Amino acid sequence: MPGTLTLTDDDRATLEGERGEAARLAMRILTRTAEAMDAPRLLDVVSGHIDGCLYHGRAGLDFARRLAGAGARVRVPTTLNVSSLDLLHPELVRLDDRTASDARELMDAYVAMGARPTWTCAPYQLPDRPAFGEHVAWAESNAIVFVNSVIGARTGRYGDFLDICCAITGRAPEAGLHLDGERLARTVFRVDDLPEPLLRDEAGFAAIGHLVGRATGNRVPAIVGLPVSTTEDQLKALGAAAASSGAVAMFHAIGVTPEAPTLEAATGGLDATLDEVLDLAAIRRARDDLSTVTSGALVGSVSLGTPHCSAAELRRLAQLVDGRRLTIPCYVNTGRAVLAEVAEAEDALRAAGVTIVTDTCTYITPIIERADTPVVTNSGKWAWYAPGNLGFDVAFATLEECVESAVAGRLVRDREVWGDA
Amino acid sequence: MPDHPRVLAPGTATGEVVRLDEPLSFWGGFDPETGTLIDAHHPQAGAPLAGRVLVMPSGRGSSSSSYVFTEAIRTGTAPAAVVLAEADPIVALGAIVAEELYGVAVPVVVSPDSDLSTGEVVTVRATTDGLVTTTPTGDR
Repeated sequence: MPGTLTLTDDDRATLEGERGEAARLAMRILTRTAEAMDAPRLLDVVSGHIDGCLYHGRAGLDFARRLAGAGARVRVPTTLNVSSLDLLHPELVRLDDRTASDARELMDAYVAMGARPTWTCAPYQLPDRPAFGEHVAWAESNAIVFVNSVIGARTGRYGDFLDICCAITGRAPEAGLHLDGERLARTVFRVDDLPEPLLRDEAGFAAIGHLVGRATGNRVPAIVGLPVSTTEDQLKALGAAAASSGAVAMFHAIGVTPEAPTLEAATGGLDATLDEVLDLAAIRRARDDLSTVTSGALVGSVSLGTPHCSAAELRRLAQLVDGRRLTIPCYVNTGRAVLAEVAEAEDALRAAGVTIVTDTCTYITPIIERADTPVVTNSGKWAWYAPGNLGFDVAFATLEECVESAVAGRLVRDREVWGDA
Repeated sequence: MPDHPRVLAPGTATGEVVRLDEPLSFWGGFDPETGTLIDAHHPQAGAPLAGRVLVMPSGRGSSSSSYVFTEAIRTGTAPAAVVLAEADPIVALGAIVAEELYGVAVPVVVSPDSDLSTGEVVTVRATTDGLVTTTPTGDR
């Protein structure tokens, strides 16, 4: 029922236009959405991450123009997600002139509102990321799941448009994952006896995330049995895949993530509504679910870095391609700030013929040239969406398999990793 | 935990019901140029959704879904109404922004016990005071 949302005097003043037309519109959309979420109040946030800067048609531009034209300014530090363009390597993106110019105008509108031109889907790789327990308003499903799960800051699953409304007002609905009780795990997944090479690679974690997302839907899952040495990059891969196959905005990795020292702490003692074992057979099923071609198939390109590669991932890729001769295009997506940190790895990647993409990615804008041949990727998210959205055949593989496939021009599977081939 | 019936975005619309067995992400799962469900993993991939009363368990996946939904409302390829078993703020937001920008009201409601089935033609009325009615339309 309407009328359950209680506003502060300050919120009401904004809603009545005392801070200008842009803040009024932002507060109006925010309060209407907060009502849809059954939120009793709004709360203060310390940062924003905006996904609405990625062009999906004129509606987003109409919206950003209306806000920017009314003089909107963000009230909290705000980062920008990937866009449709690579401003550092513009020749890579093959958009028609009209779309490219609209996409650029959309980017400029968000920068004009005071957001930082970070152009990355992995804002958690930037300095000044939020601290444990802080409230933020972030969009982009992989960033949402990462900030909640790995950092322990708190955001709802905010969509395009609400993200900028929160950043302009500095407020967000007091609902969902901002609340202690909503962060408790309701489902449990037990990782059982996986081969060590699978748990060394991001792909193993993406496969786990894919399975967790499919089974858990929008319930917070707890994952038991991940190594204490699990890296942020591996958790990133897990979260991104889970947020694609399911509506996962937070997970707990027991003994690894900050709100899950024990299973008991993660569930708050609540009984799980689902308790599943993830063994090697399940992981292989995930791999096959995420692949439309099999071992030995001719492949046309390799796509890495969705979500954007970290510095560590770029360095590892540079080592793997060092001295190898790649026979098909290999694309790696990363943020411009991360790329600036790894000059020597960048040189090695370019020397090996790897195409480096920044500010955008090979999923969301036309970059991959050989669209009629299968793409090999280590990203659960890319593999999940590409067949339907882009019409690509796809093979989901470990990073090493991606590199070997780029050398061979065929999908190379490693029996040591999967136990079959 | 079953959700409670309510209006996420008010409006009135008539259309043929398409009931989805699994949630849909508008981004990546719906083509706003054709109004078709394009998620290759969805059991109802290929279903036309433009102008339909879309009944589904919940939204899923990307936070860009609100943008894609608003864009579909702008171009006229969106469902006429959305009936969810579980509230999805991202779907609601897409409708709210379309109303603010273009003055087009696509009703989005939560109706956990909806028994609407594919092929029925119904009118969904969702008012700002939270009242939802769905009535059969047509000659059956």
